[in-house]
Order: sequence, then C-alpha cells, then structure tokens
Amino acid sequence: MTTPAPVQQGSPTRATGTTQPAVLAVEAVGLEKSFGNSAVLRGLDMTVRDGEAVAIFGANGVGKSTLLRTLTTLTRPDHGSISVYGRDLSKEAESARLWLGAVLHSPMLYGDMTVRENLTFFGKMFRVPDLDERIEELVARLGLGARLEQRARELSHGYQKRAALARAMLHRPRVLLLDEAETGLDEPARKVLDTVIAEHRAAGHAVVMTTHSIERGIAESDRVFVLAGGRIALDAPSSRVTPDDVTDLYSDPGEA
Amino acid sequence: MGASLATIWTLARKDLLLELRSRDIVLAIIVFALLVIAIFTFAIELTPSRSRDVGPGVLWAAVAFAGVLGLNRSFAVEAEGDTLDGLMLTPVSRELIFFGKLLGNFIFITIAEIVIFPVFEALFNISVLQVETIVIALLASIGFSAVGTAFAAVSVRVRSREIMLPLLFLPTSVPLIMAAVESTSAVVNGGSWSDFSDWLQLAIAFDVIFVIASAVLFQFVLEE
Repeated sequence: MTTPAPVQQGSPTRATGTTQPAVLAVEAVGLEKSFGNSAVLRGLDMTVRDGEAVAIFGANGVGKSTLLRTLTTLTRPDHGSISVYGRDLSKEAESARLWLGAVLHSPMLYGDMTVRENLTFFGKMFRVPDLDERIEELVARLGLGARLEQRARELSHGYQKRAALARAMLHRPRVLLLDEAETGLDEPARKVLDTVIAEHRAAGHAVVMTTHSIERGIAESDRVFVLAGGRIALDAPSSRVTPDDVTDLYSDPGEA
Repeated sequence: MGASLATIWTLARKDLLLELRSRDIVLAIIVFALLVIAIFTFAIELTPSRSRDVGPGVLWAAVAFAGVLGLNRSFAVEAEGDTLDGLMLTPVSRELIFFGKLLGNFIFITIAEIVIFPVFEALFNISVLQVETIVIALLASIGFSAVGTAFAAVSVRVRSREIMLPLLFLPTSVPLIMAAVESTSAVVNGGSWSDFSDWLQLAIAFDVIFVIASAVLFQFVLEE
C-alpha cells in the first residue's frame, strides 16, 4: 500500500541526443490501444517538451480522447510506453500523476458538493500544501469567487469547466492535458481558458490539448499534431501549419 | 501509515458528506430491509419458537438484499459525474481508494443495522441486541462492504449494473450470510460463544480473504 507523496516540483531529467536541449515532458513510444476489434492507436510516437503547447487535431473517433486518457494513466495501452519527465507510467504512475493535470470531457466534480468542498477534497488527495490559500488563489484567477459555495451541479457548463480547471491545477501540475476543454464555453470562459494556457506556457510548463477549433488550436500552440490512422500523421511547428494542412489529413477512422 | 489512514478517511468522509446531502444509500437499505422484515411478520404466524427459528434468516436475508441496493448506489455516485476518473487521476494507490470506499460502505451498512436491529427485535420479539450479535453484525458488515465495494466497481461501467451487482454479490456472500444466520440463531436460542465459534471463524476467514482479494482485484477492474 503506497501513500501519495506530497506535491513537489522536482528536477525533470533532460533529454539527450536531441538537437534542441529541452526537457522532455511527455514521451510516448509505440502506443497501441484497441477496443474489441477496433484498433484506435497503432504504434503512435510523440514527444512534448517542457514549456511547449501542443494541439492535437483529428477527425471524430480517430483516438484523440483515447490518447489523452492514456497519457493521464486512465487507460492502459496494449503496447508501448509513456514517460512523463522520465517516469515510466507503467511503473511509476502514482508519482507521475503529480506532474499531470487533466480536464477531460466531464468536469469530474461531485455534484452534491460545493466548489470549495470539491477543491478541498481533491487538494487533500494530492496533499497540496497551504490548500486554503491555493484554492483562494485559483478561485480569484479563474473568476470562481461568487460560485465557491455553490454546489457543482448548480453551476452552468462554463463555471463547471472553470471549476474543473481549478481541480486540475490545484497541485501545480507541469503538464496540463485538455480534451476539447473549450467546447461549450462562452466567450468570457474561453478567455479564462486561453489565459490559463498562456500562463502555463509562460511558466515553462507543457500543455497538451485536443480541439476541433483548428484556427484557435494553431494560434494557442507551438506545435501541431494531426492524428490519423492511429498515428501522428503530421508533427509540425504551428507557425508553419495552415488550417487546410490539418483538414487535408482528416480521415474517417473507419477507413483507416 | 498515518498518511494512508488520512487518505482513507478523506475518501470515506467525502462519501459520508455526499450521503448526508442525498440520503440515498442508508435510507434505501433501511426502507428495503424493514419492508422485507415487515412482510415476513405478516406472512408467518410468529410464535416465540418460530420467531427464533426463522427470525435470524429473515434478518440477514433482509440486510444482505438491502445492502446490495446501497452498494450499487455508492458507486453510481462516482459514475454519474465521472468522478471515479477524477479519483484515479490522483496520486493515490488504487488500494487506498478501495479502502476509502470500503470504510464508507461499512459505515452506511452499520448505520442501517443500528436502525434495523431494534425494529426487528420489536417485530419478532427476540433479543438480538446483545454483544454477540453486535460482533456478528460487525463481521458481516466488513465482509459485505469488501465484496460489495469490489463488485460494485466491476459493475459500475456495465450498462445493466443494477442486475450485475446482486448476481455477483449474493452468491459470493453465501458463506458469510450462513455464518451470520447460524451465529445469530445460536445467540437467540441461548447459546454461548463456544456454540457458534466455528461460524465466527468462518466469518473472520471470509473477511480476511475478501478484504485482501478485493483490494487486489480493485486496481484491475478500475483500469480500462
């Protein structure tokens, strides 16, 4: 039986042998995942460097969410390996989760608990030091102040997403994983999300996001991945990619 | 160790808070169990000897069947908001999550028994509020919680989870139910500890085996 280690910002290992001497935040090698007879990921390789924002595009059903769930340790790959700051997720998942913060499709909040109770609960699970101060800081940053004592189920979709962001950022993760986080958000909430992404990048941390908003994804990221046929079909700097380059690679996953 | 216990308590406390708000689980167990007991009091002409003969069986059948309702609900709460994923994203071992959920379920079943036992005693006119019966009830609650927590996790992602859990839980719990019924029967018939020590040992062995096995099973059933 292992206990959660206290939140800490350690010294990630530096990748060697790359032309760019950046720390590898995420490295996936040969990822394969099938559900029944349907192969979703087919030997996918990808790397994300520290301080880099990566946008992952792809047609519906191509495996973007599966990839993100695999990176978060929620889904176990059939084959292949993932390391986060050098920690192999198959062996050190618990400690690697300290580096990861995820906002997936569902806000993952207890509907009958207030926003404060939810954040306090998850903060304790991550053993966040000075939890009350951290909650106040995030609440102010994400504009949740007036909603703090409201039950999660009473919040609008936009505020639930803000609360989910607060939950994901409580433990100061170095990698933020966002699965179509902007979906259903109004303009003010979207601006909050953009600010969070920008600040996370500015702090030298990594962001991995999936989105269907191609122009926005390109603008928000340093690098673009297009997922097709269970692999990364395009890996290019955002500055050199146009929306047409992305949509040209969209394919029906059933045809892959 | 202290940190592990604190995490288990944080998880159980969260379940207690949610239950305090919704009152879904404990109320379901109590109402269902009392209905079963009440139906049997009408169906059987209860003489003192017949009460002692059939009473323990009715009591534990009611608790076991009602317990399934509550255990189903305890994981349905996690499935509804995908909060189970939220728990799995935390740097906490799956075993600790299991023990946190187990503690919560144990408390719910025990609270329900605190209400059910006196009502049963009044309706069947046999004394079950004794130290021996309380020990049996605690052992039964631990076993029900362990098996129920693991199988509720198995069933939670299945479309027909309301059917799946009783199908897994009740056959597995038969040895524990038998031990509880036979021990309670010995107590209400004036027996001493030595008269049902074999059944108590069976209940203890069941608890030890299923707490350990369920904790190990739990981490595999949670992952996709």
